[in-house]
Amino acid sequence: MSALIECRDLVKTYEMGDQVVHALNGVSLDIEAGEYVAIMGTSGSGKSTLMNLLGALDQPTSGELRIAGEDVRALGPDAVSRFRNRTIGFVFQQFNLLPRTSALENAALPLIYSGLPHAERVKRSMARLQQVGLGERTDHHPAQLSGGQQQRVAIARALVNDPKILLADEPTGALDTKTSADIMAIFDQLNREGITVILVTHEQEVADHARRQIVFRDGVIVEDRS
Amino acid sequence: MNALASLRVALTALRINALRSALAMLGVIIGVASVIVLVSISEGTKQAVEAQIASFGANLLIIRPGSSMFGGRRGGAGSADPMTDGDVVAIRTEIAGLAGVSGEVSASTTLVFGGINWTSRIQGVNPDYFSARGWVIAEGRAFSGAEDVSGRRYVVVGQTIVQELFDGASPLGQAIRIGGQPFEVIGTLERKGETSWGQDQDDVVFAPLSTVRQRFGAGMSATVRDAVSTIYADIAPGESTSRVIADIEDLLRIRREIQPGAEDDFAVGSLAEFIRARNETESQLGLLLAVGAGIVLLVGGIGIMNIMLVSVTERTREIGLRLAVGARRADVRNQFLIESIVLCVIGGLAGLVVGVGGTLVYAEVGQLDIVIDPVIVAIAIGASAFVGVFFGLYPAHRASRLNPIDALRFE
Ligand SMILES: Nc1ncnc2c1ncn2[C@@H]1O[C@H](COP(=O)(O)OP(=O)(O)OP(=O)(O)O)[C@@H](O)[C@H]1O
Ligand SMILES: [Mg+2]
Repeated sequence: MSALIECRDLVKTYEMGDQVVHALNGVSLDIEAGEYVAIMGTSGSGKSTLMNLLGALDQPTSGELRIAGEDVRALGPDAVSRFRNRTIGFVFQQFNLLPRTSALENAALPLIYSGLPHAERVKRSMARLQQVGLGERTDHHPAQLSGGQQQRVAIARALVNDPKILLADEPTGALDTKTSADIMAIFDQLNREGITVILVTHEQEVADHARRQIVFRDGVIVEDRS
Repeated sequence: MNALASLRVALTALRINALRSALAMLGVIIGVASVIVLVSISEGTKQAVEAQIASFGANLLIIRPGSSMFGGRRGGAGSADPMTDGDVVAIRTEIAGLAGVSGEVSASTTLVFGGINWTSRIQGVNPDYFSARGWVIAEGRAFSGAEDVSGRRYVVVGQTIVQELFDGASPLGQAIRIGGQPFEVIGTLERKGETSWGQDQDDVVFAPLSTVRQRFGAGMSATVRDAVSTIYADIAPGESTSRVIADIEDLLRIRREIQPGAEDDFAVGSLAEFIRARNETESQLGLLLAVGAGIVLLVGGIGIMNIMLVSVTERTREIGLRLAVGARRADVRNQFLIESIVLCVIGGLAGLVVGVGGTLVYAEVGQLDIVIDPVIVAIAIGASAFVGVFFGLYPAHRASRLNPIDALRFE
């Protein structure tokens, strides 16, 4: 059986006027289902670029990319949206919650696009909020929640569609050490339950939660240790 | 995503920015409200005028000596030869397509019954007059042609006379003294009410033309013994007004010996034509209103588009997020399109409330007739929905074309 994520010679270049930036410069990488991966590296080394490709938010300039058996490059914009909806959960550094919208509605957002009926959306997002420890605050708006609580809502949102892969780009980047530890505990638990977790971080303590650490420099992998 | 979910998302977004949504609607509200007020008032005025004209006799031709009747100038009315009984008879016998022809003379006089005096005018007319001028007999009868010719002292009276002289009781068979002479009341007329300028149309007394001429000397001068002040001709249904007018003009030019090329010294006026001319200005006014409404809605629509573009820019990260978690381009486009339509339709409904309210207040204060046409209301709401689609499409399209990564990174 092939790996959950297969990357072969991934190249991503950005053209800024006459300047060409090689954000990824030939990355080959397999990630199996159930892995817990931390991606590290200096700023500008291509970590976010890779995450965008793994999340099917962007297309590589060249190379091959199969995610959950799907050739992402062959999918049209609507098909790729549906693919993300079903397969990937995103957690962002800046949470990206909808303002003046309840935690429940924020967590339920992906389900609107899965075409689930209202009652089912409420049921599932309620369960996920409970799972991240926010069962009591489902009607709070983001402004009424702490940073850590907001990130929990974002994690509930990422989980609500039962994704195979959880992608988190610096999920603790905006949080203090104590809150970071709480959030990482949630990722640990999710990985134990079988979800493939891939996260980007600058902090070694955070990376140490993962069982595999990949280090980037100048768009290539310089270290990959388990 | 289904339509209901889209609607819910749109309503939530509008609620979150309630004040801005209200301001964005303002143009549409004002547009729809002003259209409804203007159209209702102009429609009301139009109907009032038409009712007035109908009560006067819509197919009526009015023939008088002198030149133009409905223009500003009515020069030479006194100087030209009067119309005569001979003209009445000639028109009645020689012009095809007329339902009735009547002359008219009148004299100011005093009516006496019991102890009551009432100053009024007595009008001498031929029997055709009643149908030509849209009078309906309420009680009794009108006088006949023979009674007209023989100069019987019969009168047909309006409801004001019935009220003032007989206190509402039936006056049939009663004798009233008019100018000192006894007249028998043989009929009463149904009420017409007041004209829009407040004149009582029911303060009327009609007697045979020859009677009024003989007894009151109306229409008699040293030279002419059988003059009438006005001839009324009622065009039969389905006849061409312009053809009948042309025939009457030809006939009168011959009778009055007017040389070819010389100007008429009489005028044949058509109320129907008057109405038509009026309707023309009316429909031009309607066109002007429609153009004005279109401009206001256009401005309102540009306001909506502006707000929607601001909204799209402001919510770029939200759009990026929605795309990331599975929204298709059409979902994003529909979300903003529905927002724009909802904005406009709510604005349209608010404008409807304001417009109908304003119209009612105007009618109350100005004591005017208004007509709130459901078609106009439907058009106003439909137009606001159209504005929503038309001016929402571009911002919505722009939103749907955003790239999720760029949108998510947007500051
Ligand atoms: N949209 C873009 N247009 C042009 N250049 C880009 C774009 N996105 C990324 N880059 C460039 O690609 C390179 C890799 O960027 P990337 O965001 O992947 O770095 P990163 O490893 O995530 O850094 P950080 O730790 O600061 O988040 C950088 O040099 C960056 O400037
Ligand atoms: Mg980054």
